[in-house]
Amino acid sequence: MKSLGIFRRSFAPWADPNAKPFISFRNVTKRFGDFTAVDNLSLDIYTREFFALLGGSGCGKSTLLRMLAGFEQPTSGEIMLDGQSLSGIPPYRRPVNMMFQSYALFPHMSVEKNIAFGLKQDGMPKTEIAERVAQMLKLVKLEAFAARKPHQLSGGQRQRVALARSLAKRPKVLLLDEPLGALDKKLREETQFELMDLQYELGLTFVVVTHDQEEAMTMSDRIAVMSHGRVIQVATPAEIYEAPNSRFVAEFIGDVNMIEGKVALEDGRSILRTAEGISVALPETLAEGQSVALAVRPEKLKVSRQQPEGAGVHAMRGEIWDIAYFGDMTVFHVKLPSGKIVKASSLNATRGVEDPFGYDEQIWVSFEPQAGIVLKG
Amino acid sequence: MGRWSRFNVASIAIGFAFLYLPIVLLVVYSFNESRLVTVWTGFSTKWYGTLLTNQALLDAAWVTLRVGVLSASAATVLGTLAALSLSRYSEFRGRTLFSGMIYAPLVMPEVITGLSMLLLFVAVGLDRGFWTVTLAHTTFTMCFVAVVVQSRLQSFDRSIEEAAMDLGATPVATFFQVTLPVILPAVLSGWVLAFTLSLDDLVIASFASGPGATTLPMRIYSQVRLGVTPEINAICTILIGIVACGVLIAALVTRRRELQRQRDERAAFAEGMSRAINPPPAAAGG
Ligand SMILES: Nc1ncnc2c1ncn2[C@@H]1O[C@H](COP(=O)(O)OP(=O)(O)O)[C@@H](O)[C@H]1O
Ligand SMILES: [Mg+2]
Repeated sequence: MKSLGIFRRSFAPWADPNAKPFISFRNVTKRFGDFTAVDNLSLDIYTREFFALLGGSGCGKSTLLRMLAGFEQPTSGEIMLDGQSLSGIPPYRRPVNMMFQSYALFPHMSVEKNIAFGLKQDGMPKTEIAERVAQMLKLVKLEAFAARKPHQLSGGQRQRVALARSLAKRPKVLLLDEPLGALDKKLREETQFELMDLQYELGLTFVVVTHDQEEAMTMSDRIAVMSHGRVIQVATPAEIYEAPNSRFVAEFIGDVNMIEGKVALEDGRSILRTAEGISVALPETLAEGQSVALAVRPEKLKVSRQQPEGAGVHAMRGEIWDIAYFGDMTVFHVKLPSGKIVKASSLNATRGVEDPFGYDEQIWVSFEPQAGIVLKG
Repeated sequence: MGRWSRFNVASIAIGFAFLYLPIVLLVVYSFNESRLVTVWTGFSTKWYGTLLTNQALLDAAWVTLRVGVLSASAATVLGTLAALSLSRYSEFRGRTLFSGMIYAPLVMPEVITGLSMLLLFVAVGLDRGFWTVTLAHTTFTMCFVAVVVQSRLQSFDRSIEEAAMDLGATPVATFFQVTLPVILPAVLSGWVLAFTLSLDDLVIASFASGPGATTLPMRIYSQVRLGVTPEINAICTILIGIVACGVLIAALVTRRRELQRQRDERAAFAEGMSRAINPPPAAAGG
């Protein structure tokens, strides 16, 4: 298997002002009665992108996908595909295919017939159908199960049939609703990489719905973090992690320490002053006294016995409150004088530590000047 | 499960005797040699033989069969459509009224159904005969079909219909290739139910029928008024056999499918587990 690294690194159509989005949600709102499931949402997805919709249960991810597939109509707004409006086009005329959360395999058809179903609807000649089905079975490694019925398959095999069936027609866009949700952890991790390879090799656009942030981070080119029917942030996994635009995103993705503070004025410039005595210059001018948080990821906090040195390093005294050993890394829970507990993780890169930190030990926690992210919202 | 107490055994025996003793008697006496229905003289199948020469009974049987097949088929189509619309469009105006109206004939006294049919046919000026009986039977059996199909639809996974449309099937193609095959067992048992109901209906047929379209139950009833003959016992035994077979087949088909399904699922689960613990090289490679 060749590495996708080079392709992945150079792939960034969203950064190109001339690139045309392949899928566009334009001010799309969906209401069910009084309930607003999708709230004035706009979003652009580009050709060959592996795009993830990430959010908690009930935030409107599936609804968004179902509108794209044509099972729900937007209450207002418009969805464009390849420059054309999708409004009024029924699901069976849209060049997108969906892999359903429950797989939705046809229980009365064999694996083979399930995969052939879409091709048959298009009136493809029998020999071509057989060829394509064989190809698909090979792709998902189910050649030996062609004649089985769905209820004779295990969960992982059903997932593969569903995938093969939705790919058989070579759709321009594949929509995947929690594609790995029903698999156990090990199988899920394997399948994540298979999906990525598949997407690249077939040159398709994937839109994946997931509530699993690790899954979204691993697989996708970009992630849209959703909450209550709105998109909070759309960015690459690294940007989402390192530069979240809000407390919600920072807390939703990975672990984070929120060090609360207030805006103060110093030499005519806005700075953030925290209860722990840390001052950080703010990039913009904010009202004095406004509450602002400094978000620092645990791996960017360093624990040391000596007071750390270096220009601009922020250091706080603290006491080791708890130690969680995970094998690959250790997470220290450090209690600051203000009573706040922060997490600092360190990689166990060598075997055994000469003089490990102990419980109740007085130590320093510190972070580099660029490590913190100022969050207003 | 509790123990078999004497009381349990007795109550079951009495219950079954109450239900089936008359039928057993009828079946037994259909093999009676004597012309007198109540006196047993010996075993014989001759009454089944003479049946074949009783043209009136044979004609009636033929009418009943045709009415049954036609009305059961029509009722199955209409009842299935009614069940589909009732379970699909949960919001439409007058849904409660509609569903109530579909189920009303289930509890309506047959005399009233029959009488109202008769009034309608007279009002419309329809000549009573074969077609009016068929029509009346369609009307009263379709609600039974609707009930059977609707109970199946309650556990129907609608996402498979969406999957079909997503793969390019029009709504019509989706119905015939996905929905109908999946609910087919329920539709078939609905048909069998409708057929047996039509087969043994006397009251409604008496109201809706006219000269030239005497059904078997009507013929039997009119003959019995002149006295029960062993011939009648014989034809009734055949009827019982047909009905029992129908019910049995319907029950077996449903049950066998269910059992097969459970077995397969267990096998797949076991296989999945063993693979998860000990993955074969092809699947583990990735
Ligand atoms: N057909 C429907 N009728 C009413 N409410 C719905 C319908 N479909 C979804 N909803 C509601 O919309 C919200 C978003 O649903 P969904 O998009 O499925 O969320 P998720 O992000 O978990 O996939 C949920 O609160 C759900 O109850
Ligand atoms: Mg969902």
